[in-house]
Amino acid sequence: MRKVAVVRFPGSNCDFDSLDSARRVGTDAYFVWHRDTDLKGADVVLLPGGFSYGDYLRSGAIARFSPIMPAVQRFAQDGGPVLGICNGFQILCEAGMLPGALMRNAQLSFVGRPVALRVEQTDTAFTNQYRQGDLLRMPVAHGEGRFAADEATLRRLEAEGRVVVRYVELDGTPLKNGAINGSLNDIAGIANAEGNVVGLMPHPDRAADPALGNTDGLGFFSSMLSWAPVKGGVR
Amino acid sequence: MHYKVHVRIVPRAGLLDPQGQAVEHALTALGFREAGEVRVGKAIELTIEAKSADDASGRARAMCDKLLANPVTEDYLVEVEG
Repeated sequence: MRKVAVVRFPGSNCDFDSLDSARRVGTDAYFVWHRDTDLKGADVVLLPGGFSYGDYLRSGAIARFSPIMPAVQRFAQDGGPVLGICNGFQILCEAGMLPGALMRNAQLSFVGRPVALRVEQTDTAFTNQYRQGDLLRMPVAHGEGRFAADEATLRRLEAEGRVVVRYVELDGTPLKNGAINGSLNDIAGIANAEGNVVGLMPHPDRAADPALGNTDGLGFFSSMLSWAPVKGGVR
Repeated sequence: MHYKVHVRIVPRAGLLDPQGQAVEHALTALGFREAGEVRVGKAIELTIEAKSADDASGRARAMCDKLLANPVTEDYLVEVEG
């Protein structure tokens, strides 16, 4: 059975959602505290949503220096699958494990509602159970989710197929006026070059339980079961 | 010796700064029509123990590069008192 470490920071608040979602696909999921320095033999690492360290300074800026993070970075460098959801995505960007940054929403207000996403890349540790073009519905809940990057980085992400999910209208047509948070190119989630590190602002962990009437996010968790990293990257 | 250091962090020019835009609109609404190009950032004050003002400035820059500013989205300015 695959072992899944869910890292809890002070201020994490989606830790149980991530744990439940990982267990739902049949993994042995457990919590790891941010002060720990070892992932206890994990096959997959999840960085859950929340407000680690109160979002002081910048979202994720303090969490990236947690004692557990060197172990997470080594794990990722060795090809281990790491998924950052919402605040977890912000932490991955602050830690330099994914490019770019998540800035204050363009409309300056917190956005918490279901959104539609189009799956753009399925060759990753967390989206290989979807098909390219699949439309997913899941909630967002963030104040700082506007993806920003310099032009060269943005071009590279698009050219290398590293945009994993993109915000679209509910009918799948392109989003009008960057309506969710003003993200560049309507980017909702990206991957590293090898596809083993993925971050996204929407919450698959809040769309993975049939009791909630939506299991569109379950694929993020079932994908990690079948991921076999390719040495030297897949693209 | 202890140096008092002021660090100013501002959103990088060219990046959308919705806070700055909102403040600019509010200033205009209040009649301050001369105000423009408003950017909202943050100010951090600290003391640094160092041999010279130059050393203190260098250490402050290292702190900005590592933690205080996000190199992707923010620029910073360091001022050392005295």
